[in-house]
Amino acid sequence: MVADPRTTATDERLDALTLPAGNGWLHAARKDALGRLRAVGLPVRRDEYWRFTNPAPLVRVAPAPDAPTQTDDPFDGVDAYVITIDGDRLDLPDGAPDGLEITTLSKVAEADIHWVRDLYGKLEAAGSRPVSRPFAMLNTAFATGGLAIRVMAKVSRPIHIRTIGGTDPILHHVVKVDADAAVTILESGTAGARSNIVTEVDVADRAAFDHIRVQGPDHARHVNTHLFARLGTGSAFKSFTLSANGQFTRNEAVIELTGDDATAHVAGAAFGRDDLHHDDTVFVIHDACDCESRQVFKKVLRDGATGVFQGKILVKEGAQKTDGYQISQALLLDDDSVFLAKPELEIYADDVACSHGSTTGAIDETALFYLRSRGVSKRVATDLLVLSFLTEAVDEIADDGLRDHVGGLMADWLSRD
Amino acid sequence: MLKIENLHVKLEEEDKQILKGVDLTVEAGKVHAIMGPNGSGKSTLSYVLSGRGGYEVTEGSATLDGIDLLGMEPEERAAAGLFLAFQYPVEIPGVGNMTFLRTAVNAQRKARGEEELSSTDFLKTIRAKAKDLNIDADMLKRPVNVGFSGGEKKRNEILQMAMLEPRMCILDETDSGLDVDAMRLVSDGVNALRDAGRGFLVITHYQRLLDHIRPDVVHIMADGRIVKSGGPELALEVERNGYADILEGAA
Ligand SMILES: Nc1ncnc2c1ncn2[C@@H]1O[C@H](COP(=O)(O)OP(=O)(O)OP(=O)(O)O)[C@@H](O)[C@H]1O
Ligand SMILES: [Mg+2]
Repeated sequence: MVADPRTTATDERLDALTLPAGNGWLHAARKDALGRLRAVGLPVRRDEYWRFTNPAPLVRVAPAPDAPTQTDDPFDGVDAYVITIDGDRLDLPDGAPDGLEITTLSKVAEADIHWVRDLYGKLEAAGSRPVSRPFAMLNTAFATGGLAIRVMAKVSRPIHIRTIGGTDPILHHVVKVDADAAVTILESGTAGARSNIVTEVDVADRAAFDHIRVQGPDHARHVNTHLFARLGTGSAFKSFTLSANGQFTRNEAVIELTGDDATAHVAGAAFGRDDLHHDDTVFVIHDACDCESRQVFKKVLRDGATGVFQGKILVKEGAQKTDGYQISQALLLDDDSVFLAKPELEIYADDVACSHGSTTGAIDETALFYLRSRGVSKRVATDLLVLSFLTEAVDEIADDGLRDHVGGLMADWLSRD
Repeated sequence: MLKIENLHVKLEEEDKQILKGVDLTVEAGKVHAIMGPNGSGKSTLSYVLSGRGGYEVTEGSATLDGIDLLGMEPEERAAAGLFLAFQYPVEIPGVGNMTFLRTAVNAQRKARGEEELSSTDFLKTIRAKAKDLNIDADMLKRPVNVGFSGGEKKRNEILQMAMLEPRMCILDETDSGLDVDAMRLVSDGVNALRDAGRGFLVITHYQRLLDHIRPDVVHIMADGRIVKSGGPELALEVERNGYADILEGAA
């Protein structure tokens, strides 16, 4: 009998990993995820969900060896409570803002913290239906570290999770935002040569969760992230990702609106060149009435870079008055770069307003000439037009200060790209 | 200052000759006007001089103070002192007018080996010049030309010119779409820049603009050539009789 390549690859990868010891609830959750993973196996190229992105860099036993260079703190100058995760080292500094309960995954393993137990691996498992997300299962099973954050009030200062170093970290964060509470989480890093990061977010009624993530600009990194969110009545969820350079990035988001009047906005701005492969895979599920969702994804690609967008809005039966919007756009700076988009709408309610669009375009030569005729070099003029194109995604950041900061960061990274 | 000799230009993509031997010299301190029927090649001449793609020079030359313009990139021509006020100014969403102007001013200064303008000096200068052109703070903040009215776009072109202080200014139908007051503002802006070291090439269809910006020489362009040159009275003749007589006389 010829062995199935999926089974062989899965076995090889799992054999090289060790399930952390223990006998508490966390261990049970890990074993459950491992069982689910064994049942589906790691993805292969021909899987529908991996049609545009070759999963091989995530499947192979060891990551590509070039360790990325460490970068400066991209949120330098922003007043935030900074938690640094350096490889396996994770220390919680003093001075956490009021209204928070923060602990680490290694600590909760021994304690019976019910809110963590009720969340860890739960949204991930729910998010694996109907499409399985094997790398998230792998993460739940083998996570080497992570944070458990409970938000009990409107927290004034952002929390910055800064991930640096390591070679192949598997990080798993859970965030629970209580009713009427609010928090802003900043995330940055190049977490090792290859990183697998899962974040599960439970946003209770009338609560607000704001997420701003910056990735890059190291070329060597391979990143796979999953953001699973469940939204209660009247809650607001926002997530924005700036991604610069990076050989391989797949950012997945699964957001389920379970309470009426909730809003979910996900956005991303990405740019890069050469062998860059950037994939945004987003699934928004409307399972309640009067909710609004919005997806805005922009990519600028040059010198043979590849961009992927898979975005789906599912409106379940009874989710009336849903307002769903999705736009994905790529600016290709040459003929060698490609953008592959698969926008999808699946609607089972009759009183909804949903729209989606996807465009691929080249730089506007007339605009380029106009700028150059004023003495601006071709390089700078192109950058200005690229920034102008990406701005619509950055505008999704609600906070003026943070939006300006990320805009500045983007301009800076672009000028060095 | 600007010397164009026997300039022949065709479209890059098709076999269509547009300029068929243009000869024109603009001396420093002088204002030359070009008039001519629609489609005669006036805008094409301005684009070829400033370096827009899509055209191929098949014969002839164009120099600015003896330097070959045609071999340079558009931004190099700008740094050398050439400026074109566009017939159709381009909208650039997402790029602030002020940011764009500061980038342009400093890029040119850098290219000429001069020091960059500090933000305070830049702000002071732009505010004063914008005020003269009746351009308010909001227009400076908005993205370049986006949502500007036709007249606002033209005034914005003149603001750019005033900020960049080019030595050779080409104005392509800057008067079109301007109301009477805006025409005066724009003309005042241009006249304020007139000096012994600067040349102007003003493309227009109407005598009205030339009442404000008095030309030294008027040229008539037809079918890709300058067919007649003369003093300001030539523009008056066009205004009175149209092009028919002139073109017949030239043929
Ligand atoms: N890129 C192009 N593609 C096709 N035709 C062109 C192009 N550029 C110029 N032409 C043609 O060349 C001729 C000259 O055009 P141009 O715009 O220079 O005329 P103009 O004298 O400025 O006219 P107007 O007074 O209407 O502004 C026209 O017939 C025009 O259609
Ligand atoms: Mg014209």
